[in-house]
Amino acid sequence: MTISTDDSAASATVEEFLNRPPSAAQRVHSALHRQPALSPAIVLVLAAVAFSILSSRFYQLTNLSLLFQQVAVVGTLAAGQTLIILTAGIDLSIGAVMVLSSLVMAKLVNDQSVPGVPALLIGAMIAVLAQGANGFLVTRVKLPPFIVTLGMLSIFTAISLIYAQGQTVLLQPGAFLLWTGDTVSIGSLHLTYGVLLMLGLYAVFGYALRFTAWGRHLYAVGDDAEAARLAGISVNRVLLSAYVVAGLAVAVAAWILVGRVGGGDPNSGLNANLESITAVVIGGTSLFGGRGTVFGSLIGALIVQVFDNGLALAGLDPNYQVLAVGVLVIAAVSVDQWIRSVKA
Amino acid sequence: MSTPVLEARGLVKLFGRVVGLDAVDLTLYPGEILAVIGDNGAGKSTLIKCLSGALVPDRGTIVMNGAEVRFRRPQDARDAGIETVYQQLAVAPALDIASNLFLAREVRRKGFLGTVLRMLDTGEMKRQSAEQIKSLGISTLQNIGQAVETLSGGQRQAVAVARAAAFGSQVVILDEPTAALGVRETGQVLKLIRDLRANGKAVILISHDMPHVFELADRIHIQRLGARAGVITPKTHTMEDAVAIMTGARRIEPAGDRSAGPAVAPGKERS
Repeated sequence: MTISTDDSAASATVEEFLNRPPSAAQRVHSALHRQPALSPAIVLVLAAVAFSILSSRFYQLTNLSLLFQQVAVVGTLAAGQTLIILTAGIDLSIGAVMVLSSLVMAKLVNDQSVPGVPALLIGAMIAVLAQGANGFLVTRVKLPPFIVTLGMLSIFTAISLIYAQGQTVLLQPGAFLLWTGDTVSIGSLHLTYGVLLMLGLYAVFGYALRFTAWGRHLYAVGDDAEAARLAGISVNRVLLSAYVVAGLAVAVAAWILVGRVGGGDPNSGLNANLESITAVVIGGTSLFGGRGTVFGSLIGALIVQVFDNGLALAGLDPNYQVLAVGVLVIAAVSVDQWIRSVKA
Repeated sequence: MSTPVLEARGLVKLFGRVVGLDAVDLTLYPGEILAVIGDNGAGKSTLIKCLSGALVPDRGTIVMNGAEVRFRRPQDARDAGIETVYQQLAVAPALDIASNLFLAREVRRKGFLGTVLRMLDTGEMKRQSAEQIKSLGISTLQNIGQAVETLSGGQRQAVAVARAAAFGSQVVILDEPTAALGVRETGQVLKLIRDLRANGKAVILISHDMPHVFELADRIHIQRLGARAGVITPKTHTMEDAVAIMTGARRIEPAGDRSAGPAVAPGKERS
């Protein structure tokens, strides 16, 4: 047995190893690393193609319009949820806050005869204050976000039920608050103003995350809070701002919910808490913070809705949607782990 | 000698019942490299964290250029012109090199885009970063748009050093800057530290590496058990002396008598 002691041969091998072209897996890995919304985008396209084959009604504009209208509430909430998850937090109460906010809006108009605009602003203020309370407990009392928002989920759900006394409030047709449910036609695409509001919110959040210092600080804090602090970022202020700005998204979602329900319903949006988290996770944002995009969450919300809508049109058991969403969530987190595990 | 650029007087820091710093004095003059050495747990990191605003001392004062200052947050020390490279790398892994260099001091665009829409000038930040890294002679960082998590430990350290060098107008503090580096990268960082001094900046260097300390430092501050055991210079003392003082085998600054004469150990002086 001979042992090679030829250094030049050994270093040549190392050189060759380092300079070898990247394998297919490495290329996929580094692409996903740069653009975490890539895999959900592919899933969305594949799902859309599959359902178009299964049912010719799927890709018709009327159906796509419906799809967007159905996704507006959860999609808007998911935009807010994204900010919180980017800081390595989670918000289990985001849907409950939205329902409370929507009830306040509807009941002020219906019971107290408050005009639409002040009712909207007061309802929005409730959402921002509630999210601010979450942020306060996380940053000042130093409680884990999971526990804070788990408690707040019960608190806000209870407040909503007590406040509404089990009653659904229906607003008069033409009320200002129902504007988000009004249709606006772009060609033969019939969207609602709520959908446009959602898209506008995504544009604003996407801009803030990508092009402002605040956005970078949010990523840095979610990535490594201690490193961010040592770099001179005021971590608590950034964290609190994430909850408060998410409160603005909750307020918009509440308004869209009022438009969809036609008023205030304490039993609406029961699953919105978890659905918003599902959308964010499927959209490629990491639950460990610091990685992801707001547009990924929109794609995530659309994927869930496409499965819901597509399975129904194909005449399949709608329970498969629940199954598919479960599989997607686990797949998305697995992909995230893979992205994090190896250096690109 | 001239007025110290940075002075700590009687710093005390307690962690519960553990004494982190026991009335430590430190003096740093402009244009010098002051090494801080000491065994593990001697209070080196606690001392520099107090100077960089990462910790707030329980007692004692910090004086910059003759005026008392108070650092409550790292940003306060930054604003005063003190930059720090921490032992645990204070970089944001998912952000690129340029974003990390400008983290917490981002440059915004001029005009409406910057003032109203608060848009970042990424191009300008990249340009300045590339310039800075080039002027520091850091050859290992090629692509300024690369995410920091894709870099090696040494490259990340180079990013942190480049940031401190770029923005530390008065004082640059380096906590074990070469601990994670290879031979070539270590050489680059050592050269970088000399360049900082040549540019008139005062440098505090925390290191375990005695040969580096004796090669670079103008004066050496020795910590032992949370207190200052003495201040020596490479000209008057040997590495053996330093180790002896560090481990308590020899005392040159008896407790309770800090005003006692020049900090020189008996005998063993180098010519």
